[in-house]
Amino acid sequence: MTAQEILESLKARFGDAVLDAKVEGVPDPWVKIAPARLKEVCLFLRDDGEMQFDLLMCLSGMDYRGGKLGVVYHCDSTVKHHRIVLKTEVTDADPHVASVESVWKTANWHEREAFDMYGIVFEGHPDLRRILMPDDWKGFPLRKDYQVPEFYNGMKVPY
Amino acid sequence: MGLLDQKFENSNIVITSMDNLLNWARLSSLWGMQFGLACCAIEMMATGASHYDLDRFGTFFRGTPRQSDVMIVAGTVTLKMASRIKVLYDQMSEPRYVISMGSCSNCGGPYWEHGYHVLKGVDRIIPVDVYVPGCPPRPEALMEGLLKLQEKIRTESLVKKKSA
Repeated sequence: MTAQEILESLKARFGDAVLDAKVEGVPDPWVKIAPARLKEVCLFLRDDGEMQFDLLMCLSGMDYRGGKLGVVYHCDSTVKHHRIVLKTEVTDADPHVASVESVWKTANWHEREAFDMYGIVFEGHPDLRRILMPDDWKGFPLRKDYQVPEFYNGMKVPY
Repeated sequence: MGLLDQKFENSNIVITSMDNLLNWARLSSLWGMQFGLACCAIEMMATGASHYDLDRFGTFFRGTPRQSDVMIVAGTVTLKMASRIKVLYDQMSEPRYVISMGSCSNCGGPYWEHGYHVLKGVDRIIPVDVYVPGCPPRPEALMEGLLKLQEKIRTESLVKKKSA
C-alpha cells in the first residue's frame, strides 16, 4: 500500500485520532496520532491483513521544545514491503504514552531508553527502569532544558 | 635482562642492590588487568595478540584485580563505570600502576564538552602513572607507554615513596 492509502485507511477507521499527516514530498511519510489512541492504532497496523506491520524498526523520543515531548515510531512490513511513521506528542507536564511493548517486543528497550533520556512514561510497560544512565541519576539528559549536574556521587562532571 | 646479565662472573654470584632486584622483578612481569571500555580496548587486544605480542615485555592479562600489577584504562570512562573502576583499583594489591590509554580516559576526549555521562579523565578518581595519547592509540603507542612505565619503576626505591 502507498502511504496515502494507509493514511486513508487510518482516517476511515480511527477518525479524530488522526491529528495530522504528511505523506507527500517527505522521505518518510508520517501520521500523527493522539497519544490516547496510539496502542489501538498500532494493534490495527500489526494485525490487519492489508497492513501487516510486523516490524517496529525504531522508536525514538523527541523534545520539540516549549514543553512538548514526542515519540516517533518507524514501522515496516516485511510481508507487504511498505512503511509508515507514527508520531505522537505529549506535554512535559503529563508525559504519558501507552506502551507498545505488548504489540512489538522490540519496543521494550527502546521505551526504556526514551524514558531514560526524556522522561516519557510508557503506561503498561512491564519494566520501566533506566537502561543507560545509572539508576540513581537525576533528570533526563536529552531534554533541551537539561542542565548537567556539577557533581555525581562526588565526581565532578563538567570538564 | 639488561640489569643483571652483565654482572655474572665465573663464580655465578650476582651482587646487586635490593632496589635493583625488586624493580627488575616488578618491571619485567607487569601483569595487566583484563578489561576494556571502548574502542581503545580493541587496540589493546591487538597489542596483546600475536602480531604485537605484549608477552615479550612480560605483560599479559589476568582476569582478576588480585593478580594484576597494572590497570590499563582503555576507553571512555562513563560515570556509571567510574565507581566500578575505583572498586577494581582498590582490589589490586600494591604496588599497583595505572596506564591511562587514549584521549577519553586522559581528559574526556570527544566528550569533554557535551558528555554529561563521561568522567573527564580517569585521574579524577585514581592516580595515573602514564598517559598514552591517541584516539585510539596505535599498539606501538601503548607499548611505548608500557616501556615508559617500566622506566618509571626502574627508578623506584624502597626508601623513597613510589611514583604514584
